[in-house]
Amino acid sequence: MDFEDTPQEAEYRATVRAWIAESIKGIPTEDGSSRADAVTASKAWQKKKFDAGYVGITWPKAVGGQGGTAMQQIIFNQEEAKFNAPTEVYSIGLGMCIPTVFSHCQSPDIAARYVPVAMKGEEIWCQLFSEPSAGSDVAAVRTRAERDGDDWVINGQKVWTSGAHISDFGIVITRTDPNVPKHKGMTMFIIDMKAPGVEVRPIKQMGGSSEFNEVFFTDVRIADTHRLGEVGDGWKVSLTTLMHERLAVGGKPASTPGVKEMIALAKAIETETGNALEESHVRQKIADVYVADRGIALTRMRTISALSSGRTPGPENSISKVVVAKTMQEMGRFAVDLCEGAGMIDGHDLPHLGRFQSSYIGAAGLRIAGGTDEILRNIIAERVLGLPGEIRVDKDLPFNEVK
Amino acid sequence: MNFQFSDEAEALRDQARKFLTDKSGREKARAVMNDGASHDAVLWAEMVALGWTALRIPEEFGGLGLSILELCVLAEEIGRMVSPVPFTSSVLLATEVLIESGTDAQKAKWLPKLADGSAVGTVAFAEASLTPGRSKLKAVGGTLSGIKAPVADATIANFVIVATAEGLVLVEEGAGICVTPLETVDKVRSSSQLSFTNAPCTPLNGGLAAQEKAIQSAAVLLAFEGLGGADAAMEMAVSYAKERTAFGRHIGGYQAVKHRLADMYIKNQLARSHACYGAWALLTDAPELAEAAAGARLAALDAFAFAAEENVQLHGGIGYTWESDCQFYYRRARHITLLLGTKAPWADRLVRTLEQRNAPIAA
Repeated sequence: MDFEDTPQEAEYRATVRAWIAESIKGIPTEDGSSRADAVTASKAWQKKKFDAGYVGITWPKAVGGQGGTAMQQIIFNQEEAKFNAPTEVYSIGLGMCIPTVFSHCQSPDIAARYVPVAMKGEEIWCQLFSEPSAGSDVAAVRTRAERDGDDWVINGQKVWTSGAHISDFGIVITRTDPNVPKHKGMTMFIIDMKAPGVEVRPIKQMGGSSEFNEVFFTDVRIADTHRLGEVGDGWKVSLTTLMHERLAVGGKPASTPGVKEMIALAKAIETETGNALEESHVRQKIADVYVADRGIALTRMRTISALSSGRTPGPENSISKVVVAKTMQEMGRFAVDLCEGAGMIDGHDLPHLGRFQSSYIGAAGLRIAGGTDEILRNIIAERVLGLPGEIRVDKDLPFNEVK
Repeated sequence: MNFQFSDEAEALRDQARKFLTDKSGREKARAVMNDGASHDAVLWAEMVALGWTALRIPEEFGGLGLSILELCVLAEEIGRMVSPVPFTSSVLLATEVLIESGTDAQKAKWLPKLADGSAVGTVAFAEASLTPGRSKLKAVGGTLSGIKAPVADATIANFVIVATAEGLVLVEEGAGICVTPLETVDKVRSSSQLSFTNAPCTPLNGGLAAQEKAIQSAAVLLAFEGLGGADAAMEMAVSYAKERTAFGRHIGGYQAVKHRLADMYIKNQLARSHACYGAWALLTDAPELAEAAAGARLAALDAFAFAAEENVQLHGGIGYTWESDCQFYYRRARHITLLLGTKAPWADRLVRTLEQRNAPIAA
């Protein structure tokens, strides 16, 4: 056992690290910048990566990717994270949408039009799946797409669409046949977010910022050439996207504090006998967070180790998001409460308190985004442990008869 | 990165699982429990014949000289089956301590006998309500007096390695030791109180530092044993949830049930990752051992208690009967916890190592 790179991995890491260190000079990194700055910085960084051949590392060469290994992508991501490189605005587009586009588009022309431009970072993409009545039950979408000559006409509403307000294009899942059961009547399209009839309204989140949106469609026209997959195959196509989503959402957000910050905070809190870090219940809570956080990092290493040695990783990484989000919430609440009255004050100068306050608020969203805790537990129970699936009373009913 | 068990260790796992399923199963544990026996001597002899007692002992002392990874694998497999043999006491604990810190004379006398199964050893770490590593006992003039309890497998041990205020000492069976069997929470593995009265003893090498390392090594190995138990309890619960029906459905289809089983899986995976980190630290003699051992123990204790408790719960009334195998894990989880220190002292140890290390936690 060791935590060292193989010689090939070490060589790749050294090359990548040297390239990032040199190329990132002059690019603002991810902390503290405004949204508009973040987009500008991300675009500049993405262009450099594209020119150097570091975009789509694992994608097939035929679509413009590098045909590389999962280990190379992991190494590149690890090194990029060390420099706080601005990558966030592309995580959905390049992580989920573009793989769906090149896997399911109807003609090489469509791939040629969209894939390279997205890889260069010149166009930003969003994923339009969730609706007011289709959250965990994604297949319950009601946004209609109706055929009209060579076009489709879209009407309806999406919600929780991350980055819609800065996006140029999106992939949208629609209902094309309400007369068949819900999983069979859906179709996926590429949509121009600047097209007439598309209206994006930002949603102010509990934490105060606005990363996601409502998106309304009124008679939006999409050419049939922009359909992804066959008519009625939207569910199958969306599984490509969702598989990528669960890989993309899951790590701990970079700004989240951990045991190191808990120790510093507890030490700074005076008690009658010394400081809070000396108390057993505080030490036990720090240990809980360590077991979860470090456990997830080590679990990821098991997966990476399997990839590195050419084995198929086990399903162990499926535990990641559910552990990370809940740990963040419990740790945030514990840390804030440890400060007693000071814990509720914004901008208090106790060490890291502000980060714990934000991470407590943010955790409430993370437990829902990209698959709720409940859906993820269903997936572990059904796909990993082989337990029976839920009874789905609407499974075989035509969608227009579902209550 | 190579953060997985070697092919050799995995091959041994397959072999061990097959052997234990064929030969042992949990009926052997039940037989020992019902008969009030100390252990299953036939099963133990078969394990000796397979070389399991000789696994880690250097070849010069008649052993196989294999790595700690193979030992971790066996600890896990024994834990799965609650095998009624002194494997934990003698192989995971006494033998490992002797290999690491025994004097030349102690090794020459005991390792060959441990290898060929002609001797069994145990360790006496626990002492009244003291946290692990603490002791009021002191060896004076080559003799030891005082009380240690509980000590597992003491009635069949030929020597015991005792944690004292100044480090580990070895006491052989014979004059000066009174062994009093105890009724404890674990009905399969027997434990006793050891009362020493001027019992002749010889110190091991390394004083308190070696004693501390022995406790850390024990924490990792018992984490594997606990992990085996946690996985077995989860598998029992999953399998029951797939066959038991209520209200016209398999109970595993209800979210209240399947989510708890998913939680078992989550805790067991965290425990496995920490245990592997502990195995790596032992294998490479890494300075991270103190941290890794505490993490492995805390994660394993949490996973094992949860799986054992919820396994009974998901079985309903049948799980609470004497005839059900659920109780083995329910009881063994407490045994493993109380033998080497509970959450509070190990959390304290963990935070101490984290305080000493200013480096950020690698993600």
